[in-house]
Amino acid sequence: MTTRTAMAIALKDLAIEWRTKTAFMSSLVFAVLVLAILFFARDATAVSAFDLAPGALWVTFTFAGMLGLNRAFLVERENHSLDGLRLSPATPTAIFLGKVTGNLIFVGVVELVSLPLFVVFYDIAIWRQVPLLLTVIAMATVAFVAVGTVLSAMVVRTRFSEVMLPVLLLPFLVPPIVGAVQITWRILAERPLAEMSGWLSLLGAFDIVFFALALLLFDAIITE
Amino acid sequence: MTRRERALRTVRRGTVLTVVALLGLVIVYVRALMFTPIERFQGPAQKIFYVHAPVAWASLLAFAVCGLLSVGYLFMRDRRLDLLAMSSAEVGVALSVAMLTTGPIWGKPIWGTWWTWDFRLSSTLFLFLLFVGYLVLRGALADHEVRARYSAVLGVMALALVPFIHLTVYWFRTLHPAPVIMKPEAPSLPGVMLVTLLMSLAVFTLLYGGFLTVRYGLAVLEDVRLEEAAHELS
Repeated sequence: MTTRTAMAIALKDLAIEWRTKTAFMSSLVFAVLVLAILFFARDATAVSAFDLAPGALWVTFTFAGMLGLNRAFLVERENHSLDGLRLSPATPTAIFLGKVTGNLIFVGVVELVSLPLFVVFYDIAIWRQVPLLLTVIAMATVAFVAVGTVLSAMVVRTRFSEVMLPVLLLPFLVPPIVGAVQITWRILAERPLAEMSGWLSLLGAFDIVFFALALLLFDAIITE
Repeated sequence: MTRRERALRTVRRGTVLTVVALLGLVIVYVRALMFTPIERFQGPAQKIFYVHAPVAWASLLAFAVCGLLSVGYLFMRDRRLDLLAMSSAEVGVALSVAMLTTGPIWGKPIWGTWWTWDFRLSSTLFLFLLFVGYLVLRGALADHEVRARYSAVLGVMALALVPFIHLTVYWFRTLHPAPVIMKPEAPSLPGVMLVTLLMSLAVFTLLYGGFLTVRYGLAVLEDVRLEEAAHELS
């Protein structure tokens, strides 16, 4: 029952997004712009594009993803539809899972579209490392979306929610983003798996702890 | 006794505690500057350590208290826990500013740089920013019940985040002086210096207690005033 309700909520969000494509297009254009600007924001004779690439990738993903997270609850603010959602038989768990799924798909698609652009812009050959890179992207995205969904549900009640979300979310993204950058450069440099296992465990532990915590705490946010 | 009177009594008690702590601080300053030997390698610059380390301890204590009270609030939904958590966060932010300014003043002559992305520096900076965010969120929410719930959620999440931030920046790299007291072997700090440091630790803990009590009393007074205003309107 919970799964079906969650799916219904996720599909509703994605259908709204599909019809307007506003948030998706803005996130994507934003991602391309950040990738391009970071490429030029360096001394090309001192820093190679390859050295800059892991950081650039994650800064892009983080900021582009944040635009999408804001959208998840902002759409519910119009016409007080969040109250409607609360009054419906959907449990807080189902609402959380639905929102997380919608956000994961949204952020995941933005990432998958900007990844090839990253490869082209920064001239990186990644064919052999694609499975590992996708795993890391998936792990960091789960961390990012789990925490981001809880926080965006809170900041939507404030007046300046678009500004508030990054202020609250970025400190939480320090461990997953630093971890993801550390793993990414090792992947791009084709280092052995043993060199990144520590960071991978950190990322995995962060995912588990914060997904569970987000699930537990969401009840306190949504229930009046 | 009304709620307002009780709050006023709390403020008075807090003020007394703060004054005692400030007198203690004077004693610590005098002792540190005049009666504690100058460290052989670092010279007079090392004196700031008697302020920096205790203030860092007090600010981390303040944040930990805020996190634990947040957990408590989510279970008990007691308004007092929320006000106390907020007071602790605010005092913690103020103490963090003292920690983050005394650190670089020491760092410049000793490390040769104002700031370095070392393990302890980065983690305390992120923690500081996290609690500034906590206070910003509180300021942006008008309804006190919603504000209490949301900030408690953030406080609990912050508590869970601390070990991850520590591990992340620790693995990144570290340069900060290794612990001289809390370590498996015996403390390597000479006796006189150790006594000064321990005195300072006690004083700053007391100062935190004083600030916290005053701030909590004021928060309750504010709450009472809002309640009275709402009552008059209805």
